[in-house]
Amino acid sequence: MAQEGSHTKLYLTIFICLVVLTGLTVGVAQVDLGSKLNLAIGLLIAATKATIVALFFMHLKHDGGLDKYFYIAALFPLVLFFIVLTPPILDIAWLPRWGIPDTLFEALIVK
Amino acid sequence: MSDEHHHGPPQAAVVHRDKFGMWLFLASEVMFFTGFIAAYIVLRNAHAGTDGDPFLLANRHLSVPLAATNTLALILSSFTMALAVGASQKGDKGKTQLFMLATIALACVFLVIKYIEYSTKFHHGFTPDANVFFGMYFLLTGFHGLHVVGGIVTIAILVFVNAQGKFSAEYNTPIEVTGLYWHLVDIVWIFLFPMLYLLP
Repeated sequence: MAQEGSHTKLYLTIFICLVVLTGLTVGVAQVDLGSKLNLAIGLLIAATKATIVALFFMHLKHDGGLDKYFYIAALFPLVLFFIVLTPPILDIAWLPRWGIPDTLFEALIVK
Repeated sequence: MSDEHHHGPPQAAVVHRDKFGMWLFLASEVMFFTGFIAAYIVLRNAHAGTDGDPFLLANRHLSVPLAATNTLALILSSFTMALAVGASQKGDKGKTQLFMLATIALACVFLVIKYIEYSTKFHHGFTPDANVFFGMYFLLTGFHGLHVVGGIVTIAILVFVNAQGKFSAEYNTPIEVTGLYWHLVDIVWIFLFPMLYLLP
């Protein structure tokens, strides 16, 4: 029974964290930091929230066994996508261009 | 390989068949939405800095308070679904039922608000073919909305089955895997919210 109490408490804490992060997302969006930085911060907070949901609501933190690896496999296309698109979006010259043609690369840069 | 991390009764390092199936499905769901999100970012960047950028203009017609309310409704529904899964694993039929019904109610709140948003957009002539932003907006929120409907139907079936007393502390896998699905629907919206509604 003590475990049931602590579980509900944990879920409630997670819920409050998610609400606070939602407020933070809305708050930060009101400040004009430039298209690039605003998008980056918005997605970063979203990724944090998604991780919290996956770890606690979806029990990844407590699931032993192999389930975890399927989650990583599920995230792989997402990670690949960020690796490929981050250099043009943020226009970071020193990051590799992964063979993206110059014209496409230029088109992707956030002005 | 990671037996020592296993909690609960001693088990072999196996992936439970039903959970494995759900995770595989969730992996395909992530790929499904990643494709659309990638298209959104590429199109948004292609239009950034152009005259009359449809992404910035269209953004003024979206309601942040409505979308933020929807975000809170979905987060709260994830919370109640997590509680439903927890209650079902303890064999508490009543609480399981209560939390699943709460999840359905919150999902319905989400859809009602979505309906209000959609009808306002249509009323002002912002149909999916209005411009590239609204094309992506209806594509992303539309497919996400269909997932919410699918979740409501699935959880409603579970409520029906649970009412017949077919779930117990020993057997509750359908509720557990539906919970996983529902949390993914929440996660997708967590990304859609800043992307579509909180443009500078």
